[in-house]
Amino acid sequence: MSQVPHAAPPPERLTADLLRPVLFTSWRFYVLALVPGIFVVAGLVSWLSQMFFGFGISGIRWPVYWGFYVTNFVFWIGISHAGTLISAILRLVNAGWRRPVTRCAEVITVFALMIGAMFPLIHLGRPWLAFWLIPYPSERLIWPNFRSPLVWDFFAINTYLTGSLLFLFLPMIPDFAVVRDRTTGLRHRIYRVLALGWRGTPKQWHRLETAMQIMAIAIIPVAVSVHTIVSFDFSMAPVPMWQTTIFGPYFVAGAIFSGIAALLIAMAALRRFLHLEDYLLPIHFENLGKLLLVMALLWGYFVFNERLVTYYGNGPAEMAVFWQTQREAYSPLFWTMVLGNFVLPLILMGIRPFRTITGCVIASIGVVIGMWLERYLIIVPSLGHKYLPYSYGSYAPQPVEIVITVATFAAMTLLYVLFAKTVPIISIWELKGGGHGAASVAPAVPELGPSAGHEGRS
Amino acid sequence: MKAIYALYPDGQSAQQGVNRLRQAGIADADITILSGQPIEEHEFGERDKATWMWWIACGGGLIGMAIAFGLAWVSEMSWPINVGGLPTFAWWPNLIIIFELTMLGAIIATVITLIVTARLGRGGGALYDPAVSDGKILVGVENPAEARMDALAQALGAPPGAEVRRI
Repeated sequence: MSQVPHAAPPPERLTADLLRPVLFTSWRFYVLALVPGIFVVAGLVSWLSQMFFGFGISGIRWPVYWGFYVTNFVFWIGISHAGTLISAILRLVNAGWRRPVTRCAEVITVFALMIGAMFPLIHLGRPWLAFWLIPYPSERLIWPNFRSPLVWDFFAINTYLTGSLLFLFLPMIPDFAVVRDRTTGLRHRIYRVLALGWRGTPKQWHRLETAMQIMAIAIIPVAVSVHTIVSFDFSMAPVPMWQTTIFGPYFVAGAIFSGIAALLIAMAALRRFLHLEDYLLPIHFENLGKLLLVMALLWGYFVFNERLVTYYGNGPAEMAVFWQTQREAYSPLFWTMVLGNFVLPLILMGIRPFRTITGCVIASIGVVIGMWLERYLIIVPSLGHKYLPYSYGSYAPQPVEIVITVATFAAMTLLYVLFAKTVPIISIWELKGGGHGAASVAPAVPELGPSAGHEGRS
Repeated sequence: MKAIYALYPDGQSAQQGVNRLRQAGIADADITILSGQPIEEHEFGERDKATWMWWIACGGGLIGMAIAFGLAWVSEMSWPINVGGLPTFAWWPNLIIIFELTMLGAIIATVITLIVTARLGRGGGALYDPAVSDGKILVGVENPAEARMDALAQALGAPPGAEVRRI
């Protein structure tokens, strides 16, 4: 790719632009916080009602014991691959264009993991017993079964969450120091604590950068392991179309796919609402759009593999699920998934004039919907059509499950809005470091399509 | 705390300030340099680069691995359950737990090393100026001898754009 200089905003303007959302509050913030906040409250009320009235008010019953909740669990853990994994890879390959993108991405990881990790608790029905999963020497010396994929989930998700939180927090320390120096009163005291006495000595910078390198190396295999282990929740069980060796890489690819889509949507929203047109450039969407295209092709490859092997094997139980999804009850969902995950990104990201910011957002929305449907279609049809006909059954989600599902999307929005209000959503020091004192270099995008002109500079 | 320092608009003049302080007889260890971003294109930005952090991270990983092994061994042996005919202590599934805690150990060791060696979380009292977060580079000397103040002010003020301050 050719390189052309892109004139970065001067450091003073850069700091002022990126601190504006933190230091000043407009009515938009309250609206953006209030609307999802209402949905979050509705979700909490639904969860409480499920605890009060019992699990019977959900649609989960024999033989489909996993419904919306486990779909959401897998979906959100997948979305979490947007941030830390992508950010870590871009850091390691020293991709200069990553600088405005990394924090937007890392935040998604942390919040998506938090939301995803709540679903096993919601699915428990009695969340106060969740501590049984924690390995500790109880009075009866009963330990969790370390050979269960659910315990692997516990270790993998907690390791990934801890690593991602630290991976997000460490590069925020110098930015907390910037906010500390520009605020007064209570806010100053809070940011002073968060800045951990950061001064900016060469030693501190070197240690921070070395720590980020080490964490990037450590976090990549952890991220891959997390979704592989989530796939083991399925592939370790003798259920039609679950027990397959392809599930590990298939889930990881799907997770990165949905993660990139979520990142593109978040970036477009931030760009619009926080007026970050000079920082989140069309080139960032262009590059991530190409990545989305690659992942769409990879996803299609995995689905083809999974389908062909099942079809060729012609096992009666597998084929029952196969036809259920492809041309019977679940076929509308299946073909919507194919449209969202494959056809739409292939057209919008594959044809260059469509690879605009708007095109990226439309394709990403399609992918997010498609990936949610994929999780649903992995879980429900297989559980409803196991090996013996006596165990056939169906699943119909009930209002409590639908409200909680909608509330998680609202929770993601709310958490993101609150984060962007309290922390510079783009790393100030990394952006300055990439272009301070000289023109930063951005890859050339000579033809971005008809809308590029009014969507931002390139 | 008493200090004399200068704020420079760019790395080049900051480097000149550091060089002049050295010429004035100040040891590298006594020169404080602060910047709002990593400065790698100048010699002063290369100070204190050597670190054991990589090795400490490896050590943390080994500790995590040992803890995971111990946890898996103790828990499985304390309450033996037959899971699909697997051995009570089955290596393949346990490798997952061991891997996760190894990485967690490396991550935690890295963060602890960062906090300790970069002296994060220590109380105030050290030389600092909020202008650093505006993009200025601070070069100064903490607790200099009173007799040398004028010579140091002269050395720090010589590079272009320097703004000398005393506290």
